[in-house]
Amino acid sequence: MNTMFALLLGARLLGARLLGGELLGRLVAVAAPAGGLADPPKVPPSPSFWMPNSASNFAGATDGIFDALLWISLLCMFGLALAIVSFCRRYRATSREANEAAESQVDHSNTLEITWSIIPLFVVIGVFVVGFKQFVDLKTPPRAAYEVHATGQRWKWGFEYPEGLTHPELHVPLGKDVRVLIQSVDVIHSLYIPEFRVKQDAVPGRYTELWFKPTQVGTFPIYCAEYCGTSHSDMLSRVVVHTPEDFQAWVAEEIRKIEAMPLAELGELTFNQAGCSTCHSLDGSAKVGPTFKGVFGRQEKIFGQGTIVVDENYLRESILEPQAKLVEGFPPAMPTFKGQLSDRRILGLVEYIKTSASTGEPVPKAAAPDSAAPENKDAPPSNSPADAKGGHP
Amino acid sequence: MTSPSATADVLAPPAESDSDNYLTHDKGILSWLLTLDHKRIGVMYLMCVLGAFALGGLFALLVRTELLTPGKTIVEHDTYNQLFTLHGAVMVFLVIIPGIPAALGNFVLPLQLGAKDVAFPRLNLASWYLWVVGALFLVASLVTNAADTGWTFYTPYSTTTTTSVIPALFGAFILGFSSIFTGLNFITTMHKLRPPGMTWFRMPLFLWALYSTAVIQVLATPVLAITLLLLIVERFVGIGIFDPALGGDPVLFQHFFWFYSHPAVYIMIVPAFGVVSEIIASFSRKRIFGYKFIALSSVAIAILGFLVWGHHLFVSGQSVLAGTIFSGITFLIAIPTAIKVFNWIATMYKGRIHLDTPMLYALFFLWVFSIGGLTGIMLGVMSLDVHLHDTYFVVAHFHYVMMGGAVTAFFGGLHFWWPKMFGRMYDEKWGRTACGLLFVGLNLTFFPQFILGTRGMPRRYYNYLPEFQPLHQLSSMGAYLMGIAFLIVAIYLLRSLRKPMDAPANPWGANTLEWRTVSPPPYYNFHEAPEVAEGPYEYADWVYDKRERGYVRKTRGGTPHPGTSTGS
Repeated sequence: MNTMFALLLGARLLGARLLGGELLGRLVAVAAPAGGLADPPKVPPSPSFWMPNSASNFAGATDGIFDALLWISLLCMFGLALAIVSFCRRYRATSREANEAAESQVDHSNTLEITWSIIPLFVVIGVFVVGFKQFVDLKTPPRAAYEVHATGQRWKWGFEYPEGLTHPELHVPLGKDVRVLIQSVDVIHSLYIPEFRVKQDAVPGRYTELWFKPTQVGTFPIYCAEYCGTSHSDMLSRVVVHTPEDFQAWVAEEIRKIEAMPLAELGELTFNQAGCSTCHSLDGSAKVGPTFKGVFGRQEKIFGQGTIVVDENYLRESILEPQAKLVEGFPPAMPTFKGQLSDRRILGLVEYIKTSASTGEPVPKAAAPDSAAPENKDAPPSNSPADAKGGHP
Repeated sequence: MTSPSATADVLAPPAESDSDNYLTHDKGILSWLLTLDHKRIGVMYLMCVLGAFALGGLFALLVRTELLTPGKTIVEHDTYNQLFTLHGAVMVFLVIIPGIPAALGNFVLPLQLGAKDVAFPRLNLASWYLWVVGALFLVASLVTNAADTGWTFYTPYSTTTTTSVIPALFGAFILGFSSIFTGLNFITTMHKLRPPGMTWFRMPLFLWALYSTAVIQVLATPVLAITLLLLIVERFVGIGIFDPALGGDPVLFQHFFWFYSHPAVYIMIVPAFGVVSEIIASFSRKRIFGYKFIALSSVAIAILGFLVWGHHLFVSGQSVLAGTIFSGITFLIAIPTAIKVFNWIATMYKGRIHLDTPMLYALFFLWVFSIGGLTGIMLGVMSLDVHLHDTYFVVAHFHYVMMGGAVTAFFGGLHFWWPKMFGRMYDEKWGRTACGLLFVGLNLTFFPQFILGTRGMPRRYYNYLPEFQPLHQLSSMGAYLMGIAFLIVAIYLLRSLRKPMDAPANPWGANTLEWRTVSPPPYYNFHEAPEVAEGPYEYADWVYDKRERGYVRKTRGGTPHPGTSTGS
């Protein structure tokens, strides 16, 4: 117990000092880039020592059972420490030479055994019942919930809204029940929102779900909690809780932005959101598919069909029917995007590949300063424009 | 015995015992590599396990160093992922699973039972060779392209990653057989080779623990073997057991995997219970409290341990009903575990407590294992697990149990039996110092991780948000402290081997049979076949003898017997 408190206190004090950078500079000589993330989600400070902010209907119940168990545990550890320390002091042998016999050789007591079996049994039964009830709540979304589809993909989250909007962040209205239907297109991921106390694995080949009712306006981090490879720890996003009016306005504005976006910019957005960047590089390196660097106008050897020059028609065909003309040396791995991307999106992609992806020039941006498309594909885009009618499956 | 005690009231030990023991009985490297002696196999296991522990510890230190800062500190993403995978796989498959049963158990079990050897000495040697081959496969991937799947090998990641997963899987597959052979051998030995008078309820609790462990090893490990084999075949030819693209189910892998790996948690911790029972009774000079309850609670844990694997899958998409059943049974395991802790405490009550190094490790175990157990209850609560699953809270929890429980007990047992194994006492002062440093280091490493976890920091993260940095740094400092402490342990233990043999037959006054033969034991374990007429925790007949610097046994008439002779 004392150790525990000392540790807690120590962690707090040292943590504060480290945060202040006093010790940090001396302990860590290695200069590290700021988090390695271009734009990490901010964790708002929490009033609780243990738990993050409480921003959903589940936080109260989950924190309640945690607190109860924490106090039971502290009580147990206090008793244990008391017993160990006092027995070691009272019954400590003076020396081996003294050959002292133990005061008592009593070696069993059924009363005691039954007592210390029954009491913990009742405690754990109680805890189990509470946990069960809460779990059933967590697993039972209300019928009239607002539904968002979440898709996990190495290494980003995508959210599709019923209004026909796809966005890398989860935006939700305050006080409304929200049901998130989760899927994965590659390996297992896990959608985790600590401030909501919810988590659910995204399993390829099936839908899973979670639900919550946001109770606090704000922006909170979303993590991937199931290990999924290289950039698992960068598979971050945000949940943004708006008031219901703001939420409607946000959705409308995002849809308007997409519609107003110049083609090449929309193409770049699609390139990052639809998963193209997973297999096609921009820097000339070969991934699963050919690089986009210098691709437009390039002569490519087509598997079994001679040589062609990459033009708009070839690009469009490759998006809709990827297996029709395969560049030699690459596997037939690309899924079709027929019916998955809007015409305008495909046009945008073709435009983007033709211009900046091929040449390396930056995409010319629209005049509005708030519609900058994400440049860094590794970082979760923050205020990036959303997208109407599109995204990957 | 090298310390001469030619006093009249001490019977002279048989002549050959001065020179002949299992260490000197045969000479040359082949006499070790082809030995059928359980003690030598135990020592070979011990060396290998400690070597693997150093390697796994090195990986842990690299992981903790990388986590000093968010983003890159010393290695890249992929290297980090390989490091934590190797750390986990080495520590689980090469260290904790074989640690107490195969290394300490092999040495101690026949001695404690009063037998000459295990039932199948050749199978015993074969299990060691399988361990070596499995370890080579597991570590061989180091020089090629080490697996980056985490030690759990979850599909479909493990079937799609480009790293060399197959050698690692094959290594774990082979190591499984090593574990099965050991379990089989121990069960048979305890059934068939008990000497006259050694009834089941006169067996020391360490043997009860090894028996329960062996049952799990024999029953659960084949499931791991077939799971890993299916995974290998899936990777090779794509048969579609686990891959949804081929009609398989990735969650099925998790069920299979945890059907072994949760019982395996008890393969790791139940032997530790045994070690702690021996130490606490011996160093409290008092009969163990609730012998039958401790013995049978091991069996209860072994049985219940088979029925809780689904608590690893609360957020995997498993049905609510399944989750409920698994959660309920998980809570039931708390009862036999609590019974053990209460009985150990009751054993100390009104005892005569000697705080030598092994006892310090046992008390250390009581504290950290209890923290591990109580946080296990938190994780068993389904709703709370939704928040805590796959965060650092889980990492802290199982390190408190595995490192604080299993490894601490392993080192406690090592210090307890070291004089018996090698005939030398280690430096007691350094022993206590290192134990204290380990205690501080372990809590400093893993306690901050509980806070990281409840605050929402997921596990297996290379990168993290700057808010979490202070706690990560505390944790890394603790890891370095533990590294130093283990280095101290290695130094004083190795140094003790350089001095002449000075350990008495029974330095601690314990009453189990291994202490009735010389240290180190002769090739055939006992000069006279032991007869057992009492329980293993009767200390009244053992008297400390200054000249022996150990305990000798009074005969019934009142004359002390030397510890070297077999009691009657």
